[in-house]
Amino acid sequence: MDKVIRGSTIVADEWTLVRLPVRDEPVKKQAGKAVLFKLTGEQAATEEEVAAVGIPGGKIIVPLSVWLGRKSELAPRLAAGQLGVWIDSFEEPEALVASVDRINDLAVIAINFPKFIDGRGFSLGRLLRERYGFRNELRAIGDVLRDQIFFFKRCGFDAYKLRADRDMQDALDSLRDFSDPYQGAVDEPRPLFRRVERSAA
Amino acid sequence: MYRYDAYDQRIVDERVAQFRDQTRRYLAGELTDDEFRPLRLQNGLYVQRHAPMLRVAVPYGLLSSRQLRKLAEISRKYDRGYGHFSTRQNLQYNWPALESVPDILAELATVQMHAIQTSGNCVRNITTDQFAGVAPDEIVDPRPWAEILRQWSTFHPEFAFLPRKFKIAICGSQEDRAVILVHDIGLQLVRNDVGTLGFRVFAGGGLGRTPIIGSLVRDFVEWQHIATYCEAIIRVYNRYGRRDNSFKARIKILVKALKPEVFAQKVEAEWAHLKDGPGTLTQAEVDRIAAHFGAPEYETLTAPDAGYAAKLETDRAFAAWVRRNVHAHKMPGYGAVTLSLKKTGATPGNASAEQMDVVADLADRYSFGELRVSHEQNLILADVRQADLYAVWLAARAAGLATPNIGLLTDIVCCPGGDFCSLANAKSIPIAQAIQQKFDDLDYLHDIGEIDLNISGCMNSCGHHHVGHIGILGVDKDGSEWYQISIGGSQGHDAVLGDVIGPSFAADEVPAVIGKLIDTYIERRHEDERFIDTVRRISVAPFKARVYGENSSTRKVANG
Repeated sequence: MDKVIRGSTIVADEWTLVRLPVRDEPVKKQAGKAVLFKLTGEQAATEEEVAAVGIPGGKIIVPLSVWLGRKSELAPRLAAGQLGVWIDSFEEPEALVASVDRINDLAVIAINFPKFIDGRGFSLGRLLRERYGFRNELRAIGDVLRDQIFFFKRCGFDAYKLRADRDMQDALDSLRDFSDPYQGAVDEPRPLFRRVERSAA
Repeated sequence: MYRYDAYDQRIVDERVAQFRDQTRRYLAGELTDDEFRPLRLQNGLYVQRHAPMLRVAVPYGLLSSRQLRKLAEISRKYDRGYGHFSTRQNLQYNWPALESVPDILAELATVQMHAIQTSGNCVRNITTDQFAGVAPDEIVDPRPWAEILRQWSTFHPEFAFLPRKFKIAICGSQEDRAVILVHDIGLQLVRNDVGTLGFRVFAGGGLGRTPIIGSLVRDFVEWQHIATYCEAIIRVYNRYGRRDNSFKARIKILVKALKPEVFAQKVEAEWAHLKDGPGTLTQAEVDRIAAHFGAPEYETLTAPDAGYAAKLETDRAFAAWVRRNVHAHKMPGYGAVTLSLKKTGATPGNASAEQMDVVADLADRYSFGELRVSHEQNLILADVRQADLYAVWLAARAAGLATPNIGLLTDIVCCPGGDFCSLANAKSIPIAQAIQQKFDDLDYLHDIGEIDLNISGCMNSCGHHHVGHIGILGVDKDGSEWYQISIGGSQGHDAVLGDVIGPSFAADEVPAVIGKLIDTYIERRHEDERFIDTVRRISVAPFKARVYGENSSTRKVANG
């Protein structure tokens, strides 16, 4: 079975990620460069695409658009604790929050990092934890590499689906890159100046 | 100045270890170029025309003599014996080997220095007034606040991968010497009606391809909330900034597209959740940091010093230097000395290892062992007794650091340009040198008076050409280098962007064009009017007519 880093250990991954169909879109260009990112608020999939997605059995993590579009069909899976939802970097977690009675009915929320340098997901992670009170597994998926992992942990993620071509054992080392960060975040809300007595001048 | 405690030191040491491992993985082929790029950039490492370029952070421009000696030593050991001070108060090495960068960082860490977040799409070095703490017009010393925000922004886990770079500047005086209105966030320290300390907050200023003056987003943020307020601004930017087009990715485009009022409302809504949270600053922490910036042990002096006054009478060259290069000090009997890195023929902002050692010695002997880097790319000894000015001048002159041109035409702000930078469209240093040579006569230079001439080698505007009284921008036309000239820009609380006077010029034409602009000013100026004042009074048109003539269409020029 596939593996995932959960906390600071490598474990079997019992969740199946359900993807949207890959579109055959022409490459858009802006200022002579290929557009790598979607703008926040862009539509992830059409109604037809959402309807066409096949839903496997077992524990599944479905795209936000599929959850929103096929809620009644997926509701029993949610009730059985078999459902997670993934949000893309350009989607708004507020839409997910509004669509469930209790955010913690979701066993997993995953946030997709389509590119390593797309940092929107860090803010989304903090919002889900700090503002919307999500307490279950918060997973980073997509272009996930070890040099983001320390920041992921600080922003409230506790599971990391490392890119398949990378070594998970190596990646664990990066969880310990820094001992005492300056600012507060999800893992430790207090800034350094509230945690320790710092020496004077 | 701020001295590290064990926590600060550990963060910097851990960064060295982290970057050493990242470099090892890159050299071993475990990281691709694309994957290593954001990692190395967040450590100030560019891959440039000739070699990598390493940008070392000089937090808010403050250096100790020990740190400057280390910078000199590194330049000898790993580079070619010089460094370039940048418009963001940092120091750049142009010739380090990639393999030796981890060792350079380890050496920097021994003197409480680093290259953290000096590039990349993250919060950059926070800049402020080079005369902070000594300026007579200061309301509040901005340095403790720059340090507080430095710590807050260092490895901020949410903001390491923003849409684009993010620059914060703070000003605590009447005159804005930190150009806060052309920063992503500009902070002006103020006191409100009841004397409470806080900040006027501007956002969305910037130079570059689309120069925009920052908008006021909040008239007053009480001091204890400044970190959470900045966090709210950057979170809104991180979520909604344009990532689809790197030319439109800076916060200024978002602020403009939303309208500043709407942007401010979004920030306000975000801040409501963060305000009064654990990120709120405490008096104890502000006091702890501020204690590092206490006044040095000034002597009680009578001003003016008699010996100094006598030298001013008898030595014209010394007097000329004092007039241009010594800034007023809040303490009687002291002055703040600007050591010019703008000698004719030298590369603006460059200092040799020997010059760095001389400056470190001068700082130890005459200025409490500290110095500053200005965004105009000069070095400052902030606390010199008037009685010592003559000795400082003699030593600085011997080292080629006493050109009496601060604020004058040859005190040119200039990026490294096409000679070094792979982003540049055109060279900038040879243009600066050609202008310095044309205006080498000191009497004429003083007669022309105060003028800011800024040169950028491309639209990224590292030379701040938009806010120069005269701005020169290198542009690429069909593979050859051309220069677009603007006039009327200015920095300060009334910052204005300059107007382009017309079609561009070839490199060898530029000094003559500057000559025509200056001639027009000399002929048309009123008494006590600076170049910029004359431009504002008579408009750009007479300057344009002089440069292009009545029938400009017959000239062979490239548009743009």
